[in-house]
Amino acid sequence: MKWVGRRLPRYEDPALVRGRGSYVADLARGACIMRFVRSPVARGRILGVKAPAGATLVTGADLAGVRPICPRLDRPDYVAVAQPILARDRVTHVGEPIAAIIAGDAAAAEDMAELVEIEIAAETPVVTLEEALAPGAPLVHEAARGNTLIDASFATPGAAAALAAAPALVEFAFTSRRQAAMPLEARGALAAFDAATGRVTLYASTQAPHLFRTAIADALQMPEAELRVVAPDVGGGFGQKMSLSPEHVVTVWAARHFRSTVAWLEDRLENLIASFHARDQRIELRGAFDATGQLLALDADILCNVGAYSNFPVTAGVEPLMALAELPGPYLVPEYRVRARAVATNTCTMAPFRGVSRPVITAAIERLMDAAAGRLGLDPLDIRRRNLVARFPHTSPTDPVLDEGSYREAMEEAARIADVAGFRARQQKARAEGRHLGIGFSVFAERTGYGTPAFAARKMAITPGFERVELAMDPSGFVEARIGAFPHGQGLKTTLAQLLADELGIAPDDIRIVAGDTDRTPYGWGTFASRSAVIAGGACKLAAAKLRERLVSVAGQALEAAASDIEIIAGRAYVRGTDLGIEVKQLARAAYHESHCFPAIAETGLSAVAAYDPAGTFSNACHVAIVEVDAATGRVAIERFLVVEDAGILINPMIVEGQIHGGVAQGIANALYEEIVYDGSGAILTGSLADYLVPTMAEIPNLEIHHLETVTDASVTGVKGVGEGGAIGAPAAVLNAVCDALAPFGVEIFEMPATPERILRLIRERLAQ
Amino acid sequence: MTEKLEVTLRVNGEARSIRVEPRRTLADALREDCGLTGTHLGCEHGVCGACTILCDGHPVRSCLMFAVQAEGAELRTVEGLADGDNLHPIQQAFWDNHGLQCGFCTPGFLMLATAILERDPEIGEAELRIALSSNLCRCTGYQNIIKSVMAAAAAMREHPHPNPPPHAGEGREGAGVGSDKAIS
Repeated sequence: MKWVGRRLPRYEDPALVRGRGSYVADLARGACIMRFVRSPVARGRILGVKAPAGATLVTGADLAGVRPICPRLDRPDYVAVAQPILARDRVTHVGEPIAAIIAGDAAAAEDMAELVEIEIAAETPVVTLEEALAPGAPLVHEAARGNTLIDASFATPGAAAALAAAPALVEFAFTSRRQAAMPLEARGALAAFDAATGRVTLYASTQAPHLFRTAIADALQMPEAELRVVAPDVGGGFGQKMSLSPEHVVTVWAARHFRSTVAWLEDRLENLIASFHARDQRIELRGAFDATGQLLALDADILCNVGAYSNFPVTAGVEPLMALAELPGPYLVPEYRVRARAVATNTCTMAPFRGVSRPVITAAIERLMDAAAGRLGLDPLDIRRRNLVARFPHTSPTDPVLDEGSYREAMEEAARIADVAGFRARQQKARAEGRHLGIGFSVFAERTGYGTPAFAARKMAITPGFERVELAMDPSGFVEARIGAFPHGQGLKTTLAQLLADELGIAPDDIRIVAGDTDRTPYGWGTFASRSAVIAGGACKLAAAKLRERLVSVAGQALEAAASDIEIIAGRAYVRGTDLGIEVKQLARAAYHESHCFPAIAETGLSAVAAYDPAGTFSNACHVAIVEVDAATGRVAIERFLVVEDAGILINPMIVEGQIHGGVAQGIANALYEEIVYDGSGAILTGSLADYLVPTMAEIPNLEIHHLETVTDASVTGVKGVGEGGAIGAPAAVLNAVCDALAPFGVEIFEMPATPERILRLIRERLAQ
Repeated sequence: MTEKLEVTLRVNGEARSIRVEPRRTLADALREDCGLTGTHLGCEHGVCGACTILCDGHPVRSCLMFAVQAEGAELRTVEGLADGDNLHPIQQAFWDNHGLQCGFCTPGFLMLATAILERDPEIGEAELRIALSSNLCRCTGYQNIIKSVMAAAAAMREHPHPNPPPHAGEGREGAGVGSDKAIS
């Protein structure tokens, strides 16, 4: 019986349900506490920083030898900007760290930080895209003319002609307001100096421990060997914790400088105003269709408000370049013209957040399909049937190759389960009673598990991608898998143990996954971009094949049979077709303690190393939302939410579904609730969870999830990634459902979140016409 | 406000005498002074509920109470939920039903659910959904949390849990990683 495919309860959970997790703050008892003093204004010149008497204050002047954060893209249209570790001359956004107080405990540090006097000559900031792009706008960075950090374009040769000759042009501007990843554990770091070795151990709430070590060692110009990074339990990341921030660098600097143990534990206000944001985008979109609804050409002008700096390592290019490359999504787009810009403003820096651009571009494209269907008098499903990619592999205009998928099938299955005809009858009846029900579809491709080729195509100076795994069976027959990836809530340790169990023929209970410690694990990139199950999983499979070969060699010798006749099942090696067998645990013991008998494995012992670096594979799904909109209040209630997902082979369906649940909840939040709001001065009005509306159990419905399984050869395990799809598809389905509900008013929504206020305004505008 | 006061907290059945500033929150006192780090802090302004504990049987935000206000009260935290090696049915249900991912909100949800089910073992799903909407989770989309609590409610009706004697805490008493206070 195989372990892959089982809903195995997670190995991670027993400690966590007992309150025995170890998050950074749990390790910080007794440490000195560092509190950052942050800019209260969005833009200005620093005139002075004055420490209160008796304070230990660190300012930019103390960090003179420390390098700024300056991620690079090797593209001519990219302007690299340097982010100081502590602002010295100028402040560039509200919340930017200017100084740090270090004290014996959190209360003392906060008291002291309150007393630090900062004098800033405030200047008029640029906050919005419109302000940043206005002629003569103040520059966020002198080097970035027009406040543009990236200005990328692409066009197929026939795009202009196809757009000019189009029988029908459907066009609109789609806006996504700013969202925050809001991991429930805010960021934090604890750096401990070891006087005996001179090394620092950094415990950090991060998704990418190896990358953090490289980046911090570079900033402090120290050998990486003097820094150990440990990621303990991490309370959610969703992308926010893959990016390096200045606070991490200062924490390590302080531990070394003061030869002490120093902790920085971010509070929620800091997390909401000064960590990283996402999704602040505006897309002007034109779709050229023929009368049958066939898409002939797509034209897009994509603007991303990327905030003050360029995030490390993926840069300010991550959102615009992702949008540029992947806007065509699951559709046949014969001609494509696009311009995508990263626009700097005096706001918090943008970084990856689950989905990266794709929640917004999917919402835009799926709104386009519905809007075009409305214009041409077509059914929303029919227009998609006409345009979805159905032959694989499919090379999209910008070059990503869609491997085997089930775009049409997922949509048809979703429509069948949703019972569209039955819904339409119910909708008519409800309308007669003055109630507004709507159904919305969203079909999308989720690029997952991509290695160095995809990142190299973006021209990143630091090119992530591979994962490496080291497997070792100890003399007791227990396997340790040391991985470079780092799970932070996804249950990857359980997933990989199941995968390895099948490959090795032993029980997952006999496998332990080690992750998140740069002293213990091979260099790897961490967990982001829906990559770990595919890439770390692929490396596990390749390494397991080698280890199995070694076990089989030992077993063959022990059983006096040819290695090719050995099979390992449930922890026992057999001569195929006989009862003759030996426990794997006995083999392990023999391989170590009678090693002179097994010269064939003298060099490797019972260990194996493998790396995997795939080009990537696309998951796909169809989301369906059924909503009721209260036309008097603008309130949207989600009555039903259905997902038909194709993520290839599922290792642990329970964990896969959990990823979809969480992603969809964040997508619903993107569509209806969450918005970081700035005022004209660049101050954030949503600095608490009373104002930044994270949905609760009362807002998020139970999902119905159905799986399709398309086998791909783009992934050695047949597994496709699934970490981001929920967040990518949900906003479009919800928005389309709200528009369908409000069709009697002729309301079309092109902005999210579609708050009650915005919905009511649109209804009133239509009623007034 | 920085002069320390003697407070005796009764946590999971055990008395703990600590000296804290009057402004010290109950959450900080549990975590820092009692070493019970299972109670987590997600917002420190009373919205997320990660710090939910039971105070005389009622769920409270321990970030919104001062430690000195808890003098004499019977406090229960996640560390007191299991009976030795045996998980509480609610803990078991969260494990069985994938009711957690990163685990950061979990202690708060477990304590909230404990209070709800002790008050109303027969609670229906609709009411439960409203009661559990007190707390935030960012990973699970809540679906498996409500499934877990419903499963726990059924298990507890089947095998009534003896009104849990408040157990001794399991907090780590160690000083944590940091102990060098060379600068202050």
